[in-house]
Amino acid sequence: MKFNKDIISKSEKTSFQKFLSEQSFWVTIALILICFVMYFVEEAFSSKDNVYNIARNFSFIGIMAISMTLVIITSGIDLSVGSIMGLTGIICGLFLDAQYLPEWYSKSAFYESNYVWVGIVFALIAGIIIGAVNGYLIAYLNLSSFVVTLGMMAIARSLAIVVSNNKMFYEFGPKDEMFFKLGGGQFLGLANITWLLIFLTILMGLVLNYTTYGKHVYAVGSNKKAAELAGINIRWIEMSVYMLSGFFAAISAVMIVSWMGSVTNGLGYTYELRVIAASVIGGANLMGGVGGTYGAFIGAALMETIRNSLLMAGIDPNWQGTFLGIFIVAAVWLEKVKNKKNN
Amino acid sequence: MTILSLQNIAKNFGAIQAIVDVSFNIKEAEIVGLMGDNGAGKSTLLKIIAGNFNPSSGVIKFEDQEVHFEKPIESREAGIEVVYQDLALCNHLTAAANVFLGREINKGIWPFRYLDYPSMFKKSAELFEELKSETRPKDLVMQMSGGQRQAVAIARTRLTNPKLVLMDEPTAAISVRQVVEVLDLIKRLKDNGISVLLISHRMPDIFQVCDKLVVLRRGEKVCDKLIKHSSTEEATGLITGAIDRV
Repeated sequence: MKFNKDIISKSEKTSFQKFLSEQSFWVTIALILICFVMYFVEEAFSSKDNVYNIARNFSFIGIMAISMTLVIITSGIDLSVGSIMGLTGIICGLFLDAQYLPEWYSKSAFYESNYVWVGIVFALIAGIIIGAVNGYLIAYLNLSSFVVTLGMMAIARSLAIVVSNNKMFYEFGPKDEMFFKLGGGQFLGLANITWLLIFLTILMGLVLNYTTYGKHVYAVGSNKKAAELAGINIRWIEMSVYMLSGFFAAISAVMIVSWMGSVTNGLGYTYELRVIAASVIGGANLMGGVGGTYGAFIGAALMETIRNSLLMAGIDPNWQGTFLGIFIVAAVWLEKVKNKKNN
Repeated sequence: MTILSLQNIAKNFGAIQAIVDVSFNIKEAEIVGLMGDNGAGKSTLLKIIAGNFNPSSGVIKFEDQEVHFEKPIESREAGIEVVYQDLALCNHLTAAANVFLGREINKGIWPFRYLDYPSMFKKSAELFEELKSETRPKDLVMQMSGGQRQAVAIARTRLTNPKLVLMDEPTAAISVRQVVEVLDLIKRLKDNGISVLLISHRMPDIFQVCDKLVVLRRGEKVCDKLIKHSSTEEATGLITGAIDRV
C-alpha cells in the first residue's frame, strides 16, 4: 500500500522538546547545579571518598525506587518496601549466623559450603513472596494498594522483630569475607551496589520501553479498562510489579547487610518515604501511566546529594525530614502545574 | 449467509429488564443500524455480543455456531471487533502503541524479545492513511482531537480481518468532515465483506450507510426492516414511541 512515509517521522513535539518536558531532565540540571555550587563552597564535597559515599548511599534507595516507579506507573503504591527490606535482611542474617540455626543444619557439610548463598537466595525468595502476597491482594481481590501495603508494612516489620527475637546478627561464619565483598567491594572506583543500580536502571529501562510487558505496565496505569478490553492480563501485570518491588527491596537488603556486616530488625525503617520520594521527584506520576527508571536513579541521587550537602554545610540533621517532605510535595505540585499547561 | 444471529436475548440487572426478548440477524457484508433513545438497551446489547456481559437468557449464534463469550478477548478471537463509545484508549501511549495494544509486534527470540517499533509505526501509518486521517503514529493520544482518537480506535479493528465490527456511537464528538470519513470507512468495511453493527443517535448516518434498521425501545425490539422500506419519520416515531411497532 502507498502511504506518506514522512508521517511516521513527524510528531507533535520534536525529540528535543520531549526531552525538555521530562521532569528527570530538570532534576538532572538541579543535581548538576548543586554539585557545582558545593564544589566551590565545600572542598571536601568533591573529594573522591565523599562522591563514592554519596553514590553508594543512594544506590540502596535507587534500586528500590526503580521497582517503586513500576508500581507507581500502574497507579499503585508500595508502602511496605522499608519493612520488606527489614524482614529480608533479618532472614539473610539468620541463615548466615550459624548460632541461631538448628544444629543438624548448621553442622552439616551442606551448610559449610553453601551457607552464604542459602542466606542470599532465601532473602530474595522471601522478598518475592511478600511482594506476591501484596500483589495478589491488590490485583485479584481488588483491595486498595495503599491499605494492603500499609498493612504489610506493619506485618513485615513485626515479623522481622519476631524472627530476630530482637537480636543483632553479625557473626557471619568462616566465609564472611566473601559475603562482605559483595556489598562492601568496589570495581573501577564505584561501589558494587552502584554498578548494580546502573545495571538495573538500564535493564528495567529497556524492559519498560522495548518490551510488551513494559508497554502493558504503562497501559494498565494509563487506562486499566482499555487495557483489559485489549486483552491484556491486567491482574498479572499488577501483581508482578509488587513482586518486583519485593524482590528489589530484598536485593537492596542483602547488599546493605553485606556492606554493614550486621543486621538488626530496624533495617530500612522509614525507607519507603525516601524510595517514594525518589520515584516521584524523578517524574513518576502517582496518577499512573508516567515514569521511568532514569528518573528513579536521578531522583535518588538528588536526594542523597542534598542530604550530604546539608550535612556538610553544618545544618542540624534533624531538619532533613523537613526538606524531604518539602521535596515530595514540590515534585507533585510541579507535575500538576505541568499537566495544566499541557491541557 | 448469516454472520450473527441473536435469538430471544434477554438481560436483567436485578429487577431492571434492560433487554427483553430481542432477536435479529446480521448477514455477511450487511450494515445494521441499531437505534433507540437513551437507556433503550443499545449499549447493553452490544456488550452482550462483545462478551462484556452474559445474557440472562437466549442464544447467540456466530457463523452458525452457538457461542458463549465470557470475556471480550474471546469474541475478538472469534472475529468480532468493537469500537467502544469511550474509545478505550490509553492516553499516555502513542497512537501506534494504542493500535497495537495487546497485539504488539515483537522481534527476536525469548528472552530477548523486543518491540518492533518500525513495523508498528509503518503499519499504523498505513491504517491511518487508509482512514484518510492525519493522525501521526508517534503522537500521544492525550494530545489528540476527538476525530484522531476515533481514527485510532477504528484503525485498531483493521489489524485483523474481522467478520463483524461493533461500533458504539463512532460519529459522536467528531467534526462533520470526519463524520463523512468515518462513514466512508464503514462502507469500506462492507466492501471488504465485513458486517457492521452501528449504534448511532444520528439519523442521517444510519440512513446513509445502513442496509437494515433495528430499533429498540425500553429493551424491546420494535422495528427490524430494510432501510429502503423505512424513513427518518418512521424511525423517529419508533424511537419516541409515537409509532408503537412495525
